[in-house]
Amino acid sequence: MTAPATSSPRAPRRRVRRRAVRSGRVLHLYTVLLIAWLLLPIAVMILFGFNDTHSKQNYRWEGFTLRWYRHLFDKRDLTAALVNSLTIALLSTAISTVIGTAAGLALGRHRFRGRGAANLVLFMAISCPEIVMGASLLSMFVTFNLPRGYPTILAAHVMFSIAFVAVTVRARVVGLDPSVEEAAQDLGAGPWTRFRLVTLPMIMPGVVSGALLAFVLSIDDFVITSFTSGATVTFPLWIYGSTRTGTPPQVNVMGTLICAVGVVVALVSARRNVRRLQADRDARGD
Amino acid sequence: MTETKHAAAPPDVGAALPAIELAGVAKEYRAHGETVAAVRGLDLEIAQGEFFSLLGPSGCGKTTTLRIIAGFEEPTAGRVYLHGADVTGVPANKRDVNMVFQSYALFPHMSVWDNVAFGLRRRRVPKEEIRARVGEMLETVDLTGREKRRPAELSGGQQQRVALARALVNRPRALLLDEPLGALDQKLRQAMQVELKRIQREVGITFVYVTHDQGEALTMSDRIAVMNDGRVEQLGTPREIYERPATRFVAGFIGTSNLLAGEVERIGDGRAVISYGPDGRIEVPLRPALPAAPGRRLELTVRPEKITIGTERPGGALCAVRGTVTEVVYLGTSTNYNVSTATGADVVVFTQNATSADHVAARGDTVWLSWEPRHSYAMGAAQ
Ligand SMILES: Nc1ncnc2c1ncn2[C@@H]1O[C@H](COP(=O)(O)OP(=O)(O)OP(=O)(O)O)[C@@H](O)[C@H]1O
Ligand SMILES: [Mg+2]
Repeated sequence: MTAPATSSPRAPRRRVRRRAVRSGRVLHLYTVLLIAWLLLPIAVMILFGFNDTHSKQNYRWEGFTLRWYRHLFDKRDLTAALVNSLTIALLSTAISTVIGTAAGLALGRHRFRGRGAANLVLFMAISCPEIVMGASLLSMFVTFNLPRGYPTILAAHVMFSIAFVAVTVRARVVGLDPSVEEAAQDLGAGPWTRFRLVTLPMIMPGVVSGALLAFVLSIDDFVITSFTSGATVTFPLWIYGSTRTGTPPQVNVMGTLICAVGVVVALVSARRNVRRLQADRDARGD
Repeated sequence: MTETKHAAAPPDVGAALPAIELAGVAKEYRAHGETVAAVRGLDLEIAQGEFFSLLGPSGCGKTTTLRIIAGFEEPTAGRVYLHGADVTGVPANKRDVNMVFQSYALFPHMSVWDNVAFGLRRRRVPKEEIRARVGEMLETVDLTGREKRRPAELSGGQQQRVALARALVNRPRALLLDEPLGALDQKLRQAMQVELKRIQREVGITFVYVTHDQGEALTMSDRIAVMNDGRVEQLGTPREIYERPATRFVAGFIGTSNLLAGEVERIGDGRAVISYGPDGRIEVPLRPALPAAPGRRLELTVRPEKITIGTERPGGALCAVRGTVTEVVYLGTSTNYNVSTATGADVVVFTQNATSADHVAARGDTVWLSWEPRHSYAMGAAQ
C-alpha cells in the first residue's frame, strides 16, 4: 500500500525535473546567442582600435598595436569634435533634466489648464521622426535668420531631451503616494524643504534615468545635429565626414572609451542595487 | 510635559479653552462642474486630552473634517480654532497639530530614526534634545533597536507605530488619526487599539480619531461624533450613543438594533404600553420630547443582547413578544437567533453560552422574546 503511494508521486516529479533541465539548456543557448549577436559589433569596434594599420582605411586586420591609444588626441579636429559633443551632451543633459523634472512633476501631480496639451506635445516630441524635426529646425533658424552653430545644436538637444526626462519623471511621480508630501508639510516643512528632503529623493531614480537617457541621446545624435550645426562639428558629424576619406582608428578608441564609461556607470548602479537588496535582507533577517 | 498632563485631568479643570473648535464648518468640492458637499455645517468642541472619535459610513466626510483641522483643506464656510486661536487659512506646516495618515505616509528613503526626527529638525530643536526625545518616543512605541531600518523593512504594525511616533514626538496640541488601523489584520488591530489607548493616556494629548468601525470607536473613545452625509447625527459618550441612539441612523449604524413598532395602548407612570401583534406587549419609558399618545404608533429599539429567549411566556412586567426562529448561528461563546415576529419584523437575539450547553430553540420553533422595559428605547412616531 505504501510503496506505490510513495513512488507514484516521485515519477512525475522526475519528469518535471528533466523538463526543467531541458528548458534550462534551451535558455542557456538562447542567452549565449543573444549576447553574441549584441556583442559582435562592439567587439569589432574595440578590436579595430588595436589594429596596426598603415593605410588610411581601417578595414583589414594587420596586427596588434597600442599606437592609437598613445596618439589618441593627435587628430586635432577629431578631438575638438569630441569635446564639442561631450560639452553639448553635459550641458543639454543638465538643462533638460532641470526643465524636464519640473515638467514631469507638474504633469504627474497637478491638474491644470493646458495639461492635456502639454502631454500631447511631449508625446509628439518623442514620436516625431528625427529627420523631419531636423529639417524643420533648419528652416526655422533660417527664417528667423539665426546663425547655426554651437548654441543652436545645444538648443535642439535640450528640446528633444526634455520630453524624455519629463516622461520618465512623470511615470515615477504618478506612482507616489501624495500623502507622503502632506506628511512632510504636516511636520513643519515649507514648500522648498519638502521638495528637497522628500519629493526629490523619492523621484530621484526617475530623474537619474531621464538624465542618462538625455545624455546618451545627445552624445550620438547625428540627424538633428547635422541640420542645426552650421560650421560646428561634433563627434558623430566628424566620423560621418571621415568615412569618405577613411576613418582613423582613434575613432574606434574613443568609441571604446565612451562605451567603457557607460559600462562602468551601469555596473556601479547595479552594484548599488545589489548592495541595497542585501542590506534589506540583512535587516529583515534578524 | 507637565502642562499636557494637567490637561488630561477631568475636563472641568482645564476646560477653559477647547483644544479644537469647529464653528459652522462646511466644505464643498468642485468636481466635473458639480459641487459636492462633503461637510455641511459642523459645530464641534473637542476638549484638551480627550479621545474623540469621528464615526460614520464611507463618504460621510470624516477625512474631510480631519483635513480641515490639519490645514490641508480650507473650509468653504466656518472657522477653525485651536486652543482658542483662529487658524482658518493657516497652512498645515504652521499648525500645532499632527496627523497620522491611513497609508502611514512614511518617508521611504529615510531610516526609522530620521522619520521620527523629521518634525523636530524642522523646528530646529537642539541636537541633544532630538536624540533624547526620539529615543524616548521609539521606546514608547516599542521600536528600540530598529532605528536604522527603512520603512519597507518593517511589518505593517511596526510601520503604523513609526507613523504614530513621528507625529507624537512633536508633542502636538492634538493628534489627528485617519483610520490608522485600517490596513492591519483583526488581531493586530485589537492589540493596537489597546496600545493606542495606553499611549494616549501616557502622553495626555488630544486624539481625534477617524474610523468607520463602530466597535473600535466604542471601546476607545471618551466621546464619539456619529456622522452621516456631512453632518453630526449624535454627539456623546459611547454609552449614550449605544444605549440611547438619537436617530434611526445612529441606532442602525451602532451595533445591531432591533426596530419594532406598535400602537400605544395607554400611557402611565412615564411609560407607554404598546400592544404588539395578537398577544405581544411592550413597555417603553417615555422621554419629554416624544410625541406619544394612545392610539398613535410608536417606534422603539431593543439591543439584541438585552433579549432573553424562551419557550414559555414570561410573567411579571417584562416585555414579551412571540415569534418563530428562522435562523440559529452558533458562535462558540454565544449564539445568535433570528426570530420573525407576529408583525413581520425580524428580531436578532444574542445569548451567551455560559450556562447551558444545549440550544434553547431550534429553527422553526415558536419562542417568546422578553426583556426589561427599561431596555426598550423609544425612537419616535412610526409611519
Ligand atoms: N478632493 C475631492 N474632490 C471631490 N470630492 C471629494 C474630494 N474629497 C472628498 N470628496 C467627496 O466628499 C465626500 C466626503 O469624503 P471623505 O473623504 O471626507 O469621506 P470619509 O468619511 O473619509 O469616507 P471613507 O470612510 O470612505 O474614507 C465624499 O462624497 C467624497 O466623494
Ligand atoms: Mg476617509
